[in-house]
Amino acid sequence: MQMIIASRLDDGRVVFIDAAAAWADSIEDGVVLESQAEIDRLMGEATQAVEDCVIVEPYLIEVVVENGARRPVEAREAIRAFGPSARTDQLIGRE
Amino acid sequence: MALIKDGKLVDDVFVYVGDDATLPADGAVIVNLERWQSSREELLQRNEPVGIRLRSDQPPDLIGACLKKLAVVALEFPAFRDGRAYSYARLLREKYDYRGEVRAVGDVLLEQLHFMVRTGIDAFEIHSEDPIGDFEIAAADFSVWYQPTADGRRTALELRRQRS
Amino acid sequence: MYRYDEFDQTLVAERVEQFRRQVQRRLTGEISEDQFKPLRLMNGLYMQLHAYMLRVNVPYGSLSSEQMHKFAHIARTYDKGFGHFTTRQNIQYNWVKLEDTPDLLRELADVEVTAIQSSGNCVRNITSDQYAGRAGDEIEDPRIYCELLRQYTVLHPEFSYLPRKFKIAVTGAPKDRAAVAVHDIGLRMHLNDAGQMRFEVLVGGGQGRTPFIAHTIRESLEPEHLLSYVEAILRVYNIHGRRDNINKARIKIIVNQMGIEKYRELVDEEWERIKDGSLKVPQEEIDRINAYFASPEYEVLEDISEELDAVRKIDEEFDRWMKSNVVAHKVSGYSIVNITLKAPGRVPGDINADDMDAVADLADQYSLGEIRISHRQNLTLVDVKQQALHSLWQELKLLELATPNLGQITDIICCPGLDYCGLANARSIPVADDINQHFVDVDRLALVGDLTINISGCMNACGHHHVGNIGILGVDKRGKEFFQLTLGGSSDEHASLGDRLGPGLPQADVPIAIEAIVDQYLQDRQKDERFLDTYRRIGIEPFKKAVYGTPESKDVA
Repeated sequence: MQMIIASRLDDGRVVFIDAAAAWADSIEDGVVLESQAEIDRLMGEATQAVEDCVIVEPYLIEVVVENGARRPVEAREAIRAFGPSARTDQLIGRE
Repeated sequence: MALIKDGKLVDDVFVYVGDDATLPADGAVIVNLERWQSSREELLQRNEPVGIRLRSDQPPDLIGACLKKLAVVALEFPAFRDGRAYSYARLLREKYDYRGEVRAVGDVLLEQLHFMVRTGIDAFEIHSEDPIGDFEIAAADFSVWYQPTADGRRTALELRRQRS
Repeated sequence: MYRYDEFDQTLVAERVEQFRRQVQRRLTGEISEDQFKPLRLMNGLYMQLHAYMLRVNVPYGSLSSEQMHKFAHIARTYDKGFGHFTTRQNIQYNWVKLEDTPDLLRELADVEVTAIQSSGNCVRNITSDQYAGRAGDEIEDPRIYCELLRQYTVLHPEFSYLPRKFKIAVTGAPKDRAAVAVHDIGLRMHLNDAGQMRFEVLVGGGQGRTPFIAHTIRESLEPEHLLSYVEAILRVYNIHGRRDNINKARIKIIVNQMGIEKYRELVDEEWERIKDGSLKVPQEEIDRINAYFASPEYEVLEDISEELDAVRKIDEEFDRWMKSNVVAHKVSGYSIVNITLKAPGRVPGDINADDMDAVADLADQYSLGEIRISHRQNLTLVDVKQQALHSLWQELKLLELATPNLGQITDIICCPGLDYCGLANARSIPVADDINQHFVDVDRLALVGDLTINISGCMNACGHHHVGNIGILGVDKRGKEFFQLTLGGSSDEHASLGDRLGPGLPQADVPIAIEAIVDQYLQDRQKDERFLDTYRRIGIEPFKKAVYGTPESKDVA
């Protein structure tokens, strides 16, 4: 299963394309691409979004569904989707 | 494509002549280094202004001896990231005391005009909808300079000394 | 500390406005990402895995309390409440927004801080010794020359599009705390026979894919020629440096390809032409900058080490901290205090906004308002009265910033790795944490003593793994993270690159391997040898065996 991931231009955040060619913050709100035709259509939309200065660097990633939740197969893309494994802003201990 | 020289939009009187092309009967021409080397006599006999276009891997030391005969040295920026020509411009001005036109050609970004001016480049082939407007903004990006070049601008150090 | 005059301020303000225009042109599509990228990099802005990352310069690691308070404010206002100190004495913010950066830079400019050239193919932050101006073994304060070089390299019109990045480091002491031997240009001070300060100029050092220890290009350079000589080195590099392959574009490649003799020849030829020109540094300029780094007004105080010893005898915890983190000051009655940002559960080098403010307040209260960043991603308070040490320590304890591990196993240099960085192959932070969780016993840490562990998440070596006593490099093998260890690296005045220990290990085995290496060291060490000394004496074989077993053995760690 594949999805299209990109970075939003103005804030750099990771986004996923949805069926309407809009860009979602969460992997769950993006669209899983089922056919080559859909891949082609939405990669076309993504390319246009680059030209329109909405996003940069769109590309395809492999995802799987585990326990009802989507997860990118590659570690790097999983980190992009869910955030870094080490979060200073969430350190236990001192506020 | 517009040619800016000394801050003004001008018509380019120079024509680029390819390595194998026949030289026009008259008129100013710019040729590559290879063409200069093979057709030097012919070029000089024409009694018209001649310029050489240097690629980014051709430092001015290659033409140091013949600079007096050249009206223009065009320095190529094949990609704006290729910064060799900034050194070439400074060598032309500061090592060889070259007084002719030093022209930036190729991938010339507005953002780089300020640095190019400082290194001694005085002519620019640029793509722009408003060449003079863009040039004026870019060239005026900074009014303080730390490093001395041959552009005659007084550095912060000089101004500090003067103040004290 | 250097203070901007109207020229410095004008330049920085103009730079911010230039970048504001560039951001606008990007957001409206006037310039493409390809055209914008080098421009934003020259203002320190990266596109990373999660967001834009902004790298802010801390010139030669010197920071005022006011600037640290501003860092905290930036973290709260524009980021997620924390920052990361790097191996080049810079701070990084991981979550900035492109549209916010002009305002962010404007705020930094208000306290004389910039992100100019913290990235890009230009001369980066000039780094130095975190004890500069305070260390007893110093010849001259290196920051004077760092500041001279900083102004010379900022917005240099000729050298803003070099083949690749360019890093310069300066040490003022024979003991090199600035890792100059692994920089593109390294400057080492010494005194000549007449007692005058001269620079030894090193060139072509670097880590990354092809690490090199720098060569000496000039044994003895007068300070007045510093800028012209650097200009000659940069010009030869700009013209001859390779531009065909990004992995072969650093000066270390061309220096080693050509040979140092040939490179020196080219540099000296150019330098002869320019050395007596407008780049010659007048003594009055050196004096002018020197005045900014003049020693503060110290009180006349007795050395009270003996009194402190008495306290240390009854307070084991204080004693441990004094031993590891506190260093002698050149002025009697004062000390240098190191604060490590390394402890179990901490991300190495990270600090949150509240702690930034707290450290700034402590700097004001205990250390004349100045903080230093070291290339080991730690902080230093350089002017603490001995009589205030115990009180400061108690305050640091409350902040959980009193970990007594400077230079020890858990004082790990660690790059952000795959958790943050788009270049990484593996996550480095969990490895550092594993090691930290494994070596919690502070007495054992003290027993082991000086042992630097440096971790990089990829071959770019931002974690300086080549010069760690133990280096750890994260690699990706068929989609899995493995970690290659090296032993025997050092970044000091006897710099060396680490030797590969053996095949990569899975993450879970790394702390076990470190444990085996440490055990081997403790077994074999003689007298008060540091790990590095023992390694250099006995070689790699005993450690190979300890980690991987003998060839006959089927059990691999």
